[in-house]
Amino acid sequence: MTAARRHTRGWWIAWALTLVLSGAAAAAQAPQDDFLLAKPGDIQESLPATPFVFVAYAFAWAAVAFYVFWMWRRLARVEKELAEVRGRLQSPPR
Amino acid sequence: MRVATRLVPVLLVVAVVMLARAPFLIDAAPYESTMGLVQKIFYFHVPSALVAMTSAIVCGIASTVFLIRRRRLADHVALAAAELVVVFGLIVLVTGPLWARKAWGAWWVWQDARLTITLVMWMLFAGYLLLRRFGGAGSEVLAAAVAIFGTALVPFVYWSVNIWRTQHPTTDVVATLPPEMRWPLRWSMLAIFALSGALLILRTQLERGRAELEDAYAAVEE
Repeated sequence: MTAARRHTRGWWIAWALTLVLSGAAAAAQAPQDDFLLAKPGDIQESLPATPFVFVAYAFAWAAVAFYVFWMWRRLARVEKELAEVRGRLQSPPR
Repeated sequence: MRVATRLVPVLLVVAVVMLARAPFLIDAAPYESTMGLVQKIFYFHVPSALVAMTSAIVCGIASTVFLIRRRRLADHVALAAAELVVVFGLIVLVTGPLWARKAWGAWWVWQDARLTITLVMWMLFAGYLLLRRFGGAGSEVLAAAVAIFGTALVPFVYWSVNIWRTQHPTTDVVATLPPEMRWPLRWSMLAIFALSGALLILRTQLERGRAELEDAYAAVEE
């Protein structure tokens, strides 16, 4: 067997191994398609979930509150400025 | 636009009342069997994602109308919707990893198509806003083209979980929810959609006000 053929065969083996291993990995990480209700006593937490849930909700509320406040300030500023400029337009020139 | 303006208080009242009730419904919802408490992030994560995708579609349609007909209102709606994509997209991109850390053991999985495409879409719309802010005169046309590319990603974001199977639950998860979980989700969804509707109208009004202000300044200078 020539060196080139050995090299090609090596590539084919590596490729086949990659395919098999990635298939096995995909099967091992089977996705969850539906949510099922827990029975009492089913849940044994290794990492406490409360901080994650708390931070997630706190962030969502803070982001929305900040955006509403920022929008309200921008609207108020534009309306105030618009009233001033309209006033200048309506006042008779000196 | 007048009808939309009248709709704002109604939408805001609906949103505030529903959002005030939402935490109680979410608290009362049962735990999921494998994820437990952390699955409750779902009740804000999914509605925020849907709002971000809907806003992206609105932005794309408005940008197309603007590119074809050059209507100012379409440009204002596009800008307002792009801002909503960035705000609600950020909520999705922060709450998702918090859920993933507990459920999957990792903050972020780059191989997960849903996560990566969502991040790319969010970055495109963030780029849209940066372009509008710093692009100078005429940037609205270029930004509209960017928005159309961003909107083209929405179907990929939505169906990615069904096409490329990874750890993220598929789109079927909502349809197959037990009634005890479906009701709080629908409640949160309605609340967040009402809020986003009001915000979209208000942001469009803000942009219209800015355009009027520019016109008024031009008239003063003349």
